[in-house]
Amino acid sequence: MGWPFHRPRPRPSDAAIARELRDHLELEAAELSAAGLSPREAELRARQRFGNVTVVHEDVRESWGSLWFERLRQDLGFGWRVLWRAPVFTCIAVLCLALGIGANAAVLSWTEGIVRHPFPMVRDQARLVAIAGTAKGASGLDEMSWPDFTDLARGTSAFDAFFVSKITGGTLTGGDRAQRLVGQLVTANYFDAIGVRPMMGRAFLAGEDVGRGAHPVTVISYRLWQDHYGGSRSIIGTTIHFNGVPHTIVGVSPEGFLGTFVGYAMQFWVPASQQAVFDASYKLDDRAARWVEGFARLKPGVSLAAAQAQINGVASTLEAEFPNADRGRGVRIFPIEDNPFDNAKVLKPMLRVAGIVAALILVIVCANIANLLLVRALARRSELLVRRALGASGARLTRQLVTEGLILALAGTTLGVVLAFLSRNMLGSFFAPRGGATLVFGADFHWRVLATTVAIGLVSTLLFALAPALHAARVDLATAMRAIAPGAIGGANRLPMRAALVIVQLCLSVLLLVATGLVVVSLERLLATSPGFAAANITTTGIDLVAAGYDTARAHRFHDELLARSRTLGGVSSVALARSLPFSTRPYDNGPIMVDGYRSAKDEQPTADYNAVTPGYFKTFGVPVLAGREFSTADADTSEPVAIVTRALAARYWPSASPIGRRLRLRERWMRVVGVVGDIKYRSLDEPPGMLFYVPLAQQRTAYVLLFLRTSADNAANGIAPAVGGAIHAVDPAVSPYEIITMREQISRSTAAQRILVTLLFVFSSLALLLAAMGLYGMISYMVSQSARELGLRMALGASPAKLLALVMSSGLRLTLAGIVLGVAIALGTTRLLGTLLYDVSPRDPYILGGVVIVMSAAAMLACLVPAWRATRLDPMRALRL
Amino acid sequence: MPLPRAAEKVELLQGTLDMLILKTLIFGPTHGRGIANHIRQTTDDLLSVEHGSLYPALHRLEHAGLIAGTWEVRGDVARELKYYRLTAAGRKQLHREQSKWNQLVAAIGRVMQANEGR
Repeated sequence: MGWPFHRPRPRPSDAAIARELRDHLELEAAELSAAGLSPREAELRARQRFGNVTVVHEDVRESWGSLWFERLRQDLGFGWRVLWRAPVFTCIAVLCLALGIGANAAVLSWTEGIVRHPFPMVRDQARLVAIAGTAKGASGLDEMSWPDFTDLARGTSAFDAFFVSKITGGTLTGGDRAQRLVGQLVTANYFDAIGVRPMMGRAFLAGEDVGRGAHPVTVISYRLWQDHYGGSRSIIGTTIHFNGVPHTIVGVSPEGFLGTFVGYAMQFWVPASQQAVFDASYKLDDRAARWVEGFARLKPGVSLAAAQAQINGVASTLEAEFPNADRGRGVRIFPIEDNPFDNAKVLKPMLRVAGIVAALILVIVCANIANLLLVRALARRSELLVRRALGASGARLTRQLVTEGLILALAGTTLGVVLAFLSRNMLGSFFAPRGGATLVFGADFHWRVLATTVAIGLVSTLLFALAPALHAARVDLATAMRAIAPGAIGGANRLPMRAALVIVQLCLSVLLLVATGLVVVSLERLLATSPGFAAANITTTGIDLVAAGYDTARAHRFHDELLARSRTLGGVSSVALARSLPFSTRPYDNGPIMVDGYRSAKDEQPTADYNAVTPGYFKTFGVPVLAGREFSTADADTSEPVAIVTRALAARYWPSASPIGRRLRLRERWMRVVGVVGDIKYRSLDEPPGMLFYVPLAQQRTAYVLLFLRTSADNAANGIAPAVGGAIHAVDPAVSPYEIITMREQISRSTAAQRILVTLLFVFSSLALLLAAMGLYGMISYMVSQSARELGLRMALGASPAKLLALVMSSGLRLTLAGIVLGVAIALGTTRLLGTLLYDVSPRDPYILGGVVIVMSAAAMLACLVPAWRATRLDPMRALRL
Repeated sequence: MPLPRAAEKVELLQGTLDMLILKTLIFGPTHGRGIANHIRQTTDDLLSVEHGSLYPALHRLEHAGLIAGTWEVRGDVARELKYYRLTAAGRKQLHREQSKWNQLVAAIGRVMQANEGR
């Protein structure tokens, strides 16, 4: 109605409307009685002519103001009062919904924060790609070298910007105590490329990333600025020591910016020119040193495939130009959600499954609430009848009931988002901390997430409220006013909608239980997998002498003294040092190799992982020496370079002869193979053993090492930790070890994704089981109460309690059977989706399926038993009088 | 009173009923009952306004500012009743409706006569 210019008039009060309508009736009655009718008759006639005063009254009200809004307000008010009067029902429904919707909101926000939009404050992440190197013949990915990366940046036009951010650690020295920090080595354009401006000071200048150690500058994080410098504004231009090397603070990053690595909050950034400060050697000129974690941003409108094609062109040019370093090497780009460098790749498949689980749990919750609402609708039958009789239309009643559902959904959504928000950092607790870094697996409550959550809330309202509402509003006055005929027992088919809902719940619970069984068993098998060494009773810790300012010679002396001291600790049977830690986020060293007597294909560049270890390493790890000998103290930096190869490497390159006495070249250095040892797993438990060989630590000195101790008793970490710390302290008080943990713990941490999934599935499938049992219980109880008369009759006619019990049970178990059969059928078809998250277990494992059937049947039995038992306790006389 | 059917009916009558109310009020303020009686009497009982639609229509027109209602004592009834009167906007609206109506009647009339001529 388009009269925009008139002055808005207030709606007359209800009293005024009522008075006006009453006046009308009275005037009409007066006219009629003037025409000769008796006053009473006149009034009756007037009312008859007028029709339903309440309806007219409502219509008049609706003439004012926008109709739906007014009605909604009314419905909301009424719905609120109805729900308020049934607090137990309301609380259960809201809680269930909050769990269901909260689970979805949590998974959505995690996916947003970890996969879709992983780097807070970084612009245009949809166009970011990660750049990784590939080697022919190797299945995995690795990093690129600095020279290759800069050539790549120069040779392509599909990108706006290239940048590097390589995670690194450093020790903040100065002041009274050393503090371990985590930061990133970056290209000079880093902050410009990601669109982050320092909140104070400046970003790096062009050219600051070249020249060995030429630009000792740093941008520190807002957190570090606050925690370490108390937010002092005069910090710009002052000096901070990383690993003993002074750097000038030129900027402070804005609050909330965490760097570009999923998992840890970065505390500082330094230009790549400072790389040697944080690593054993300077690698910026070395085309064979692969350490660069590169990123680029696609130009708008450029497809991933087109960019990859261009990259391939540059990669083959590089291969032709630098055959020594780049033979067989390629470059691959990944959308940022498949970033191979950080922990997002571990979590992505987990999050996908978690999303499905959350959706299923919500469906179960909706089915449950729908069932509760159906029961309530029956209990409210008289109320609905009265309202219907008073002129409320069926549509009106439906709307009212849906509105009540909407209130529930609104409360559930709000609470669900709160729950999701509270669990936003939960994923971090499944990962290993690194140095002093704060773990961040932040959920991102982007508006997309919130909008989707609200949409989910609305859809679930439709799921759980609409069907019961339609059902209830179909109250037929004529039949309903008659006495409600008591139902007969065994009548699941009399309550088709409720039976269907119960079956849905049972079926989805079975599905979730099967998934839980599968991931639990695969985690168990994964952890039971032999890594190729005896993980029990090994304790380890990291020792960073770079950070403590050691040179190679001093580091050498430190290592020897530490070994000597550790050996004497109580309960320690064997000790060793090594360069790399199995199952760590930091990969083993990798390099191009050349093998005596092995002719590689023309475009193949063999590469292998290697680890530098001290004598005693294989004994400490319990790795069998299969041929030849172990390293000894005689393998010094002055003697002939030697290597020990793993069985897999030997089998690949010397398939028909013994490798002992043959030679192996790593980069420019030939080594003689003196032994063959058993394979170990060191990247992850579910990967096959890699191509790995060992060199003596004495011939490949490094200042960052790990100490390994084999102790006589398990759970050694707790007992031995102080002693280990003491031994390190005794050698040099300035050196503090990293976390001291057992190898068991270290391995277990590598299974974060599986453990998260196990936890999630366990919680949710338990909840599903509970809800399904509740649904079944409610249904059977209702059936018993409705057929009390029939049961009483049967009892009076001599049916034994056992017979009644069987009667009630059988109707419940029929539903259970339907649910289980359906659930198992769906499980057989869908559990393959768990894919890579399963290890050594068939998605159709009969034992797990059988176990689930037993658990589900037991729960269902229990749920039916209570109402069935109650049925046998009926007093037939009372029941018949009902 | 099932909703959809009622809505359909109101849709059909609404414009006309609104016009009749406005036209009735041109003769001076009156109450709802008076309007109903006037319409019934002037049409010789051909049209009888349903009260179920009269009052909502009155309030709709009042909400739209085409008529104004006041509680007052008037004429032969010795108590306060709600009297409606035309506003300036209502007068204009009636004018528009009337000419539209005349056109419609003329157009339909022409069609009907053409039919007869054949």
